Amino acid sequence: MVLTKDVVLTWLETFARDVEENRAYLTELDGAIGDNDHGTNLDRGFRAVLNSLPDERDKPIDGVLKAVGMTLIKTVGGAAGPLYGTVFLRMASAAAGKEALSEADVGAMLAAGTKGIVDRGKAEVGDKTMLDTWAPAVDAFQEAEASGEDLLAALQAAAGAAEEGMKSTIPLVARKGRASYLGERSAGHQDPGATSSYLLFKDLLSAVEGTAG
Amino acid sequence: MAVGIVVVSHSARLADGVKELAGQMAGAEVKIAATGGGPDDTLGTNAVQIEAAINRVYGDDGVLILVDLGSAVLSAEVAVESLPPERQEHVLISNAPLVEGAVVATVEASIGASLLNVEAAAVRAGSMPKVER
Ligand SMILES: Nc1ncnc2c1ncn2[C@@H]1O[C@H](COP(=O)(O)OP(=O)(O)OP(=O)(O)O)[C@@H](O)[C@H]1O
Ligand SMILES: [Mg+2]
Repeated sequence: MVLTKDVVLTWLETFARDVEENRAYLTELDGAIGDNDHGTNLDRGFRAVLNSLPDERDKPIDGVLKAVGMTLIKTVGGAAGPLYGTVFLRMASAAAGKEALSEADVGAMLAAGTKGIVDRGKAEVGDKTMLDTWAPAVDAFQEAEASGEDLLAALQAAAGAAEEGMKSTIPLVARKGRASYLGERSAGHQDPGATSSYLLFKDLLSAVEGTAG
Repeated sequence: MAVGIVVVSHSARLADGVKELAGQMAGAEVKIAATGGGPDDTLGTNAVQIEAAINRVYGDDGVLILVDLGSAVLSAEVAVESLPPERQEHVLISNAPLVEGAVVATVEASIGASLLNVEAAAVRAGSMPKVER
């Protein structure tokens, strides 16, 4: 099973809708430990992505992902802009020249996105950031893929690990981003970026499920 | 020529105010660009605007970018990486606090100090005591 461009487009559209639906929730999470804008920021960015998709959909997968990254950098306004922007630009580079992505390609693409978060934000796992969702999700994907699971099963493993990773941020004390100014008081709240990142993995799974039929 | 200064804040008014304050310390030989605020008049930072600000003040002596916090650093890094490679090596993101850093950096730049010396002076400015205790 491969990840086609149509599924990538469905993924982006699904995530844009999901962010819109969860805008208030994501912003509320950010209100507890940040500046109350994560949902608004990301929704602004993915609205712009949705608006630009008609002009981009004829490009190959890497062209679509690159356009998403550039749009996010231009329109998001908070840390999520450079972070998700870098994620999509790195995923684009990893997918360069491929018409469809095999399980191994998807693993490499997601790993490149994770590396983008680390390079950009200098966070480590446990710092209470989006990396706490990405790192275990990508590990779970690659482990499943290495043991011969197909795309759907590997993405199920990834989405499960992403959800656990997201929840793992609740007791953590933030060491990166705005929440780190709160020190100990940041514990007891789920990280907004880790939460939107979980939605991204969940929506990739559902986009693939939709075509697996 | 002198090192150019870019002031980046989440707030456009804060960036403009810091530029005004720093600008008092030097003549027209030091170019200062202020950039702040996200899209739709929100508080935030924007890599595209920062890149444009760098290019407005860029000269042979390079550019020092003063940032406030959080995504200002991330957006400034994206902006620097978007510059042509020959410009990237002459642009530095400062570790100095925004206000003191911008003022001292502007003074240093006005006397023709190199980019690294401007940054060193700006960082030192952050540890200058304000009151005796
Ligand atoms: N250095 C970092 N490394 C990884 N993730 C980070 C970092 N800084 C922030 N984040 C993630 O970004 C999320 C916040 O995104 P948001 O769009 O609200 O930006 P912000 O913090 O408001 O930006 P700003 O710094 O402009 O205030 C956090 O929940 C966290 O997951
Ligand atoms: Mg925020």
